[in-house]
Amino acid sequence: MWLRARVCAVRDETPDIRTLTVDVDGWLGHRPGQHVDVRLTAADGYQTQRSYSIASAPEAGRLELTVERLDDGEVSSWLAGEARDGDAFELRGPIGGYFVWDVTMAGPVQLVAGGSGVAPLLSMVRHRVAAAGDQPMRLLYSARSLNDVVAHDELVDLAARDSGFELVLTLTREQPPGWSGHARRVDAALVAEALWGPETEAVTYVCGPTRFVESVASALIGLGYRADSIKTERFGPTGTP
Amino acid sequence: MNDRTLDGNALGGLLDDVFAFEITTARCTCDGCGAVRVVGALRVYADAPGVVVRCPDCDDVVLRFVREDGNNRVWLDMRGVRVLQIRSAG
Repeated sequence: MWLRARVCAVRDETPDIRTLTVDVDGWLGHRPGQHVDVRLTAADGYQTQRSYSIASAPEAGRLELTVERLDDGEVSSWLAGEARDGDAFELRGPIGGYFVWDVTMAGPVQLVAGGSGVAPLLSMVRHRVAAAGDQPMRLLYSARSLNDVVAHDELVDLAARDSGFELVLTLTREQPPGWSGHARRVDAALVAEALWGPETEAVTYVCGPTRFVESVASALIGLGYRADSIKTERFGPTGTP
Repeated sequence: MNDRTLDGNALGGLLDDVFAFEITTARCTCDGCGAVRVVGALRVYADAPGVVVRCPDCDDVVLRFVREDGNNRVWLDMRGVRVLQIRSAG
């Protein structure tokens, strides 16, 4: 069922990524990790739709979608470019019960993000804070440069004041002067170095471009993680269908 | 596997009005190899005229899905699904 959504705020996260706060008529809430389908209809009736992850915690009053502008993305170029306060569009969701984590799930949890794939993982991070979850959580986040890190200050602050949350950044293209963090793509060696071992029985959520997710998932399997402890969300080059 | 491959999780919205239950958490037995996987963990190829879902273990086609423009008709080919195990919400 398609619901009517209205943009109530727009915030630039990075040069290419924007967060839209939306009001949705009849919204019933979501679980961290779920996504929505957005449908746009042109004046001539042409319709196009794409999936976007929810970045806000369920506890937040309003829904936030964090969207990367893609060169060939009809929907993303509108959402992350032209959409303004008060603009309306259609939305369906929340969708998906597989790539979902909440504080009722026991044990340590690791999140691995490639670029804007951090969006559904941010919902999990924010939910853990809002619901006072005590599960150890680690986020390994790969971005091109420091300017491309979504919610950078929020994540750094959280890691500084919450001993249960760890942030590991890797900047693949450009590093600021004096950068002491990782500076390479997430490969098997970095997965082994930056994540917990399989003996911790951690559950790992991986989200990003298809090739990124594939390489991280293969590395985890190679390190001895059970396949059913790894949950993946590939978003392909133009977002999900 | 190519750089346009998606996860079964992407099927949630597409099949939302076809099934009365949450499809991405249903367990699917592949008819090709017998592997049991959660639908959310299957491979999805959405660039074909329809959507093709394949088993990550043996690469056989599990399910194909085509929706007519205007959403008037849907074709669902479930040739590779031997068993679908559904957990009810209640």
